[in-house]
Amino acid sequence: MDLLYRIFIDPFVQMGTAPDLLVQTLWDGLVAGVLYSLIALGFVLIFKASGVFNFAQGIMVVFAALTLVGLYEHGIPAYLALAITIAVMFGLAVGVERLMLRPLVNQPDIILFMATFGLTYFLIGFGELVFGGDPKVMIASQLGLPKGAIDIKFAGGFVSLQKIDIAATIIASLMVASLALFFQKTRIGRALRAVADSHKAALSVGISLEQIWVIVWFAAGLVALATGIMWGARSEVSFALEIIALKALPVLILGGFTSIPGAIVGGLIVGAGEKVAEVFWGPAFGGAIEDWFAYGLALVFLLFRPQGLFGERIIERV
Amino acid sequence: MLYREAGQFKTSYAADQAIFPIRQDRWLLLAALAVAYIVVPLVGNEYWLLTIFIPVLIYSLASLGLNILTGYAGQLSLGTGGFMAVGAYAAYKLATAFPGLNIVFVVLLAAFITALVGLAFGFPSLRIKGFYLAIATLASQFFLIWLFNKIPWFVNNSPSGVISAPKRAIFGQLWVTGAEASPAARYLFVLTLVVVMTVIAKNLVRGRVGRAWMAIRDMDIAAEIIGIRPLRTKLLAFAISSFYCGLAGALVAFVYLGSVEATAFDLDISFRILFMIIIGGLGSILGNFLGAAFIVLLPLLFENGPPALGFNIPVNIVTNLQQMIFGALIIFFLIVEPRGLTRLWQIGKEKLRLWPFPY
Repeated sequence: MDLLYRIFIDPFVQMGTAPDLLVQTLWDGLVAGVLYSLIALGFVLIFKASGVFNFAQGIMVVFAALTLVGLYEHGIPAYLALAITIAVMFGLAVGVERLMLRPLVNQPDIILFMATFGLTYFLIGFGELVFGGDPKVMIASQLGLPKGAIDIKFAGGFVSLQKIDIAATIIASLMVASLALFFQKTRIGRALRAVADSHKAALSVGISLEQIWVIVWFAAGLVALATGIMWGARSEVSFALEIIALKALPVLILGGFTSIPGAIVGGLIVGAGEKVAEVFWGPAFGGAIEDWFAYGLALVFLLFRPQGLFGERIIERV
Repeated sequence: MLYREAGQFKTSYAADQAIFPIRQDRWLLLAALAVAYIVVPLVGNEYWLLTIFIPVLIYSLASLGLNILTGYAGQLSLGTGGFMAVGAYAAYKLATAFPGLNIVFVVLLAAFITALVGLAFGFPSLRIKGFYLAIATLASQFFLIWLFNKIPWFVNNSPSGVISAPKRAIFGQLWVTGAEASPAARYLFVLTLVVVMTVIAKNLVRGRVGRAWMAIRDMDIAAEIIGIRPLRTKLLAFAISSFYCGLAGALVAFVYLGSVEATAFDLDISFRILFMIIIGGLGSILGNFLGAAFIVLLPLLFENGPPALGFNIPVNIVTNLQQMIFGALIIFFLIVEPRGLTRLWQIGKEKLRLWPFPY
């Protein structure tokens, strides 16, 4: 009885009595969701264009952030460090294409998936070897990101909005908008969509797969860098960031592997749902349900829409 | 010369259907079994048995389970660690609740409980497939580990959250778990279970059930049309796969490590087992053993290789380098032979058949 009460009644009572807490929780969740969305976005970009389920996206986030901070620590000015990091991400994209994707062309999906695992291990080892395993502080203020919080009076309480979170949201929306424009309006964007539709057809009209893959991996690397800066500014830069990549996986199944809007909406749903569940329902289950709540949520969605919220309808032929 | 089937005539259907139709294969297998049963326990010291042979055998069992699900039935799963944890905790609860129950029945019952759990988590596979399913199985991984961490009942309310294997014998004074068990006894216990389970798996996959799994793997809609029930076949694959994983988990907790906590079965283990089946070869029985040996031996090689050659590298650099090389090797192997070590073995056998006159 007690458990039922704590599941079905108590959380709603709490929500009613302290609406400011609910709003604060929702806001925190949505902001975390923006970051999940960004990681999922990196996944989707690569999956759409090459059919590779890129498990290394999470570690690319860490790697990009570490490179940025590590360069700054060696006395390179912040903006120059940013430029060099972007160059490093480009180098990574070229390297991945040359050494991993090209020899593995035409292999089954699971083989490519495992190869990105190998990449994950490689990047973890490499990053730690070069920059050390200690947590680092993100150079947020040096990059011109705002600090501090805005407190808003609301329903008899305060809701505090971190400025960095607002900045993250704005930057994320700008990035998604520019990506969408890039995909829809430019020549390369059209080529990307063609490759996403069919590798063979794209090849036959003269699109270079190699070039497209480099571009896509580079775009995913840029998204990873932005994610790394945002997440690093909220907490710190360390390999624990890798965990958030696992949080982005349910976002993917929620939104569909091939849908950019799906990644955004899915991320927001997972972020908000997870925080609300943890704060209001967590105590009933002994806490830490954040670990699997997103997966449970995604599973429930999947049972009704196997292709995700925005995924293309799966048509199967024998 | 030596490896040739010329002159080996099959005169009965039974001979035609034999698992190893070539005589040399049978001899090789018998020799391998003899080495495993007689030479290894006699020659191997504690270090060799406990750090190499027992883990290789146990992980082979787990990867056998995953290979049934992923390699044969085509359902990609990342929840192996969770199922192994179920096996470990079920074995612990059974062993402490029924002290008189023989250890063999304890681990088999634990595996059976895992099969039931696997059945429950297999239900989404009816609706979703591919990478979507892989992520859905992650749900089972995270949920199960969380459950074992949170609910004190599973660890008999011990405050540390660690389960320790009680002292148990197969019969009389032949201890196989607990501190008094000799490494050789543990090794033989694991070996016997692995041999029996391998024979069962080999016969499963070449029989009606295995063919149904492979049909589902290759194209589930087509399989459904030729009269294979997807519901039963997929769920059976999940149940049997979980049985193997649960058994492996129980052995990890009881025979290999002796005491574990839930985090020993985290996501890392699931990935490791997945590596084993990919490197060993999807959809093969031998591949599990090759893959498990590879993944278990590689870190040992990194740890002991450089000092043995006279290099003194600081420990933290070694671990980082090890991870880099591990990652690079995985990519390298996938590029060189995506079908795994088994494929190399097969190619070698074909070459051997024609040797020394390849034309």
